[in-house]
Amino acid sequence: MRGKAALFLLCLLPAGWLLFAALTDRLGANPIEAVTRGTGDWALRFLLITLAITPLARLTGWRSLIGYRRLFGLYAFFYASLHLLCYLWLDQFFDWAEIGHDLLERPFITLGMLSWAMLVPLAATSNRRMMRRMGRRWKHLHRTIYLIAPLAVVHFFLLVKADWREPLLYLLVTVALLGMRIPVVRARRRQPAH
Amino acid sequence: MSAPKPSEITPEPLYRRRREFLKQSIGIGLFAATGKASALVLPRGPFPRRDEADGEKVTPWKYATTYNNFYEFGTDKEDPAENARRLRTDSWSVTVEGECERPGTLALEDLVRPHALEERIYRLRCVEGWSMVIPWLGFPLAALIKRFRPTSKAKYVVFETLYDPEQMPGQRWPILEWPYVEGLRMDEALHPLTILAVGMYGKVLPNQNGAPLRLVVPWKYGFKSIKSIVRIRFQERQPVTTWMRAAPREYGFYANVNPHVDHPRWSQKKERRIGEFFKRDTLMFNGYAEEVAHLYRGMDLGKYF
Repeated sequence: MRGKAALFLLCLLPAGWLLFAALTDRLGANPIEAVTRGTGDWALRFLLITLAITPLARLTGWRSLIGYRRLFGLYAFFYASLHLLCYLWLDQFFDWAEIGHDLLERPFITLGMLSWAMLVPLAATSNRRMMRRMGRRWKHLHRTIYLIAPLAVVHFFLLVKADWREPLLYLLVTVALLGMRIPVVRARRRQPAH
Repeated sequence: MSAPKPSEITPEPLYRRRREFLKQSIGIGLFAATGKASALVLPRGPFPRRDEADGEKVTPWKYATTYNNFYEFGTDKEDPAENARRLRTDSWSVTVEGECERPGTLALEDLVRPHALEERIYRLRCVEGWSMVIPWLGFPLAALIKRFRPTSKAKYVVFETLYDPEQMPGQRWPILEWPYVEGLRMDEALHPLTILAVGMYGKVLPNQNGAPLRLVVPWKYGFKSIKSIVRIRFQERQPVTTWMRAAPREYGFYANVNPHVDHPRWSQKKERRIGEFFKRDTLMFNGYAEEVAHLYRGMDLGKYF
């Protein structure tokens, strides 16, 4: 339990740093851009950390890791929500006509919003009660993360001007994490090594 | 006017030391915090000033020198301030070639010396949706062009940035096709608002801002204002510029600031002035419509973006 509390605070550090840095003029010439990018980066990172938990638990045999998965998933939603708020407020100042236009005309906005919207039902059903009530359907619903992660990576690709290296790195990690879940790959791993 | 008395002439070694002293004092005094700057020695000011930004507040030096798009030194905004130290701007030369009567390669000092420097305060609008107000030090490009006597075939002026991955580590990756190439139609190049800058904020250009010689075209998106120029060429055909090559659907040859023509991936209606919280409306031709709109009369600016 103490471990979980410590982890909870640790995951808040990026948000805390961004807030502190913004208030003390440490984010450079364009702090709003820095906060928008920072929250987006962390949403994607927590999404990938969440995806990494199951394969990591399986590879290391450290089963209790699974108990932390929900925390990481909820933090992915938390940072994605801050990221969205940055766009709605600091970029568009709640100009709904312009936001609607963006949503229809700009694929990177469409994909970003879609990834966030798909996280909402996952966050809403993340408690034990919903898990019990939904039974098998819960598992199916939460597998949509396999779609959300690549959507978020494509969202990143679409806003880059010329330097693809960073989104490419996220793409490789995503592909690797999803690849480990393909039954053939998993089966091969389970075979004895000799 | 009579010749100076021998006693009035500064002995050469002393004269040279004075130049060195000036260079060093500029280096130590101004650039300790923000990296290296152009090796060019500016004549003493004050320079005649023209405010072409309607009295708007000048962007703090701190921001103008730490938030730069200069992919030759890295693609993050803070990268150029850090990496541009590697650029050596002493013994810089510029080659002028193509459709002109007097082509040649000139030392930077010889290229700049005939021109009286003046300060021009311009708005700078980046295609990414942010903007600044910068007091440049430079001279009209038109004055330089005339020295080389372009022929009647010279319809365009093309500029090239230095290519040297040793000094410009960003060039080790094929992020863009190097060297960076930009161009202007001859009437745009000759327009009195178009300048070549060697300084800003009353000082020589910091390396990350395009030392020692850069273009400034205030009614076009920032990427047209090419930095660290080593080549100027007159030619008959419209060049393919670096960003046109990288993404032809997104960047055109003209790249005039235009709130009515969106970038395919984002709106150009508004911009955030660096240092401000709220966005402001982007102005047609970045607020220079009165001076430049006639250059594009009858052109479909949605097509020629």
